[in-house]
Amino acid sequence: MELNDWILAFHLLSAVAMIAAVTLFSVMIAALWRTDDPAAVTSFMRLGLVGNALVIVGSLGTIVFGVWLAISLDAYQLWDGWVIAALVLWALVGAIGKRTGDGYKATSEMAAQLVSAGTPRSPELAAAMGATRAFWMHCLTTVIIFLLLVDMIWKPGA
Amino acid sequence: MIAVLASIRPDSWNFPLFLHVAGAAVFVGAITVGTVAQLGATKVAEPQLLQRVAFRTLLIVGLPAYVVFRVGAEWIYSKEFGDSSDDPTWVGIGYLVSDIGAIVFLIALILAWLGARKGKTGLGKASGILSALILVGLVIAVWAMGAKPD
Repeated sequence: MELNDWILAFHLLSAVAMIAAVTLFSVMIAALWRTDDPAAVTSFMRLGLVGNALVIVGSLGTIVFGVWLAISLDAYQLWDGWVIAALVLWALVGAIGKRTGDGYKATSEMAAQLVSAGTPRSPELAAAMGATRAFWMHCLTTVIIFLLLVDMIWKPGA
Repeated sequence: MIAVLASIRPDSWNFPLFLHVAGAAVFVGAITVGTVAQLGATKVAEPQLLQRVAFRTLLIVGLPAYVVFRVGAEWIYSKEFGDSSDDPTWVGIGYLVSDIGAIVFLIALILAWLGARKGKTGLGKASGILSALILVGLVIAVWAMGAKPD
């Protein structure tokens, strides 16, 4: 096995971590859809932390090992159209994903405060767990990650 | 060298590869939910909710994702290796993890169902431990698919 094989393996593992994170967050959103129960939301905090860890590992790993691979392999160049498309899509995932995370972080903090205050139900929380801006951002992130995977596999123009 | 060869694969391999990779990645996500939700269920305010979510995720997300990644695997295998009986090591690792993983996954799914139905966190925890084992196998398999050891 050569160094490039290891780089490709870590790039692939990072990509899987990224898609796994999106799956995990999608499950959380579906499970807590329009819930008004703060305790239910806080019960998922640990799962959310694992999702965040996967996002960090996935996003950093894909870019570091992906760029390394593009430089290291003669078959690829950083200025190839499909590589540039991937870099743009990756940046979009980062920017939109951060907004999604900020939105749900605020909701999770609201739920924690409601639990501390002993509030069993909250219509405000139910609204925040529905079709909010953060939810649509998550949908957009999912679509972009799908496009990233399509770009990585089909490598248009390569 | 292998990565270079992989970069010039025929176009007809792309869709099966897409199914294989996407299915496997979603399966990893579902198994991660199953692991973390079950193993952390006893430490939260609503453990039964987490147990229910873990079971439903394995059933509604994990099972279809497994089928998709396995169908994708068989499809691309038939294109890449045809009737060859001499599989490289990385293909063997993939099949080993996939086959044993399927059995362990079904046991984890049944335990998750029983745990959610009877409200027993012990059964859920057992399901979570099995899911964690699957996760370790999947990480090894994904590494093998990328590094392609001979």
